[in-house]
Amino acid sequence: MLKQEDLIFEQSSPGRKAYSLPACDVPEENIASLLPQNCLRVEEPELPEVSEVDVVRHFTRLSQLNFGVDTGFYPLGSCTMKYNPKINEEMARLTGFTRIHPYQPEDSVQGALQLMYELADYLAEIAGMAKVTLQPAAGAHGELTGMKIIKAYHEFKGESQRTKVIVPDSAHGTNPATASMAGFKIVEIKSRDNGEVDVEALKAAVDNETAALMLTNPNTLGLFESSIEEIAKVVHDAGGLLYYDGANTNAIMGYARPGDMGFDVVHFNLHKTFSTPHGGGGPGAGPVGVKDFLVPFLPKPTVEYDSANDKYTLNYDLPNSIGRMKAFYGNFAVLVRAYTYIRALGGEGLKAASEDAVLNANYLKKLLSKYFYLPYERHCKHEFIITPKNLKEYGVHTLDIAKRLLDYGYHPPTIYFPLIVEEAMMIEPTETESKETLDEFAAAMAKIAAECKENPEIVRQAPHNTVIGRLDEVRAARQPVLRWQKA
Amino acid sequence: MVKSELKYSKDHEWVLVDGNKVKIGISDHAQEALGDVVFVELPEEGDEVTANESFGTVESVKAVSDVYSPVSGKVVEINEALLDSPELINSDPYGEGWMIVVELDDASQLDELMSAEEYEAFLKEEE
Repeated sequence: MLKQEDLIFEQSSPGRKAYSLPACDVPEENIASLLPQNCLRVEEPELPEVSEVDVVRHFTRLSQLNFGVDTGFYPLGSCTMKYNPKINEEMARLTGFTRIHPYQPEDSVQGALQLMYELADYLAEIAGMAKVTLQPAAGAHGELTGMKIIKAYHEFKGESQRTKVIVPDSAHGTNPATASMAGFKIVEIKSRDNGEVDVEALKAAVDNETAALMLTNPNTLGLFESSIEEIAKVVHDAGGLLYYDGANTNAIMGYARPGDMGFDVVHFNLHKTFSTPHGGGGPGAGPVGVKDFLVPFLPKPTVEYDSANDKYTLNYDLPNSIGRMKAFYGNFAVLVRAYTYIRALGGEGLKAASEDAVLNANYLKKLLSKYFYLPYERHCKHEFIITPKNLKEYGVHTLDIAKRLLDYGYHPPTIYFPLIVEEAMMIEPTETESKETLDEFAAAMAKIAAECKENPEIVRQAPHNTVIGRLDEVRAARQPVLRWQKA
Repeated sequence: MVKSELKYSKDHEWVLVDGNKVKIGISDHAQEALGDVVFVELPEEGDEVTANESFGTVESVKAVSDVYSPVSGKVVEINEALLDSPELINSDPYGEGWMIVVELDDASQLDELMSAEEYEAFLKEEE
């Protein structure tokens, strides 16, 4: 039975220690004679005083309180919580990768450069882009890189009046945030009743100040934007560019390419689509791909292949580049994992991953539609939305259902996103989940739906089986206690 | 709940007219949809606000949302009590939960806002 774990400071007992040092074998000197007065500490540091076994038990118990993809079903919509194959970890731990230094001469790190060159090449092929940079360290960082490239392009063409970026109201919050950080003004357009971009509203919104449209396809509702070619035409005719938020690429690999849909800039979330570690375990990686005409603006250095000498090199000679977006070359160990995933699955395997992701989502959607309200009754891609609108009369909210799922041993789905659907629950079962897992999850959701009607109090007060019960989120936000202080 | 003496915008803000000044807040429907408000960001006195553009943000346990100004004009007063007690937006959206007072550029812009009856019909339609 797991119980709440005291902080390591609370387990401290004066004089208890976890070390034993041998006798000093050099002459001892008083520290005050070695260091100037202003470098000396006056007060003793307040460190926990614990034994070795205390430390080991403390951190082992904390690790057991974790919930991750390795422990259970994690249908966190929009986040694509993929299983991380262990072969990825093995490859990232090869000493040829772990014991190199970014300042080593190029000649001595040819393998690492080759991996980066080939990964960029694969990603460009998957997205239908001309060239890819691997520098950005996360999805939003990729977005910022993409928006800076778009800005540099318009300025290069002498069209610096293009200061507006159009974003649909269903977009990920990072889209307007990154565009704004890159110095653009945001124009929001409303979605149609079927969840797709309103092309008429888009036509009314574009003008000679439009720099770009940022779009996710499939969109945040898990629906494919069927008018994408018309959307691309409207934006391009107005002189703007199309930015593809690659958060939902897991649904389309091998079936459709953003480049073919008309997108000019794309970011990938390697920690979503290409199975690198995610969430608190990151770090992430958000490579960015661009069409031919934008290649000169990519961050530098780029990795190039010199076929005459069969050598990989770093190219800094890019006068129109937006510059560096990250120290060195990106989160390299993450790139190794994504490369391994792509090589292990191959083209057919990636296509099958997308197919299974879409199949799983549609199967689970069908099961859950018996117990919950489905705001968009149509074929979905890799994720879908349900809400407890049909259970409103019992006074139960989405948050309560999410908390109750913890009692059944599941990580809850994403809740209250996208903002355009009231009480949204956004469910994304990744492609590696079996039919049995999906059936068990649907059975738990069916039980919760029944509880909402028969015993809503048990849902409203959930969770009951976790180490810590319902948290007071309002107090946590209004009066946060962020640091332990000695009593 | 909709209050009859107020005017409303499609973005769920209310306006109380007092001569050429208007008091602005968010509707009961908006606070209900947001859930418990934990943080409010307001403009400063003297700032210009533009109709249909964001003048501040409201952060609830669910999300951070922009608050759109129903009118254009100059901010002449802000509700400083909200900075310490954002929960007033939940407990009294039409009273103590008011956000800013704006001096209007042009009073005719009020004609574009909805009456209480129109707003009620608009809410029904949105459902």
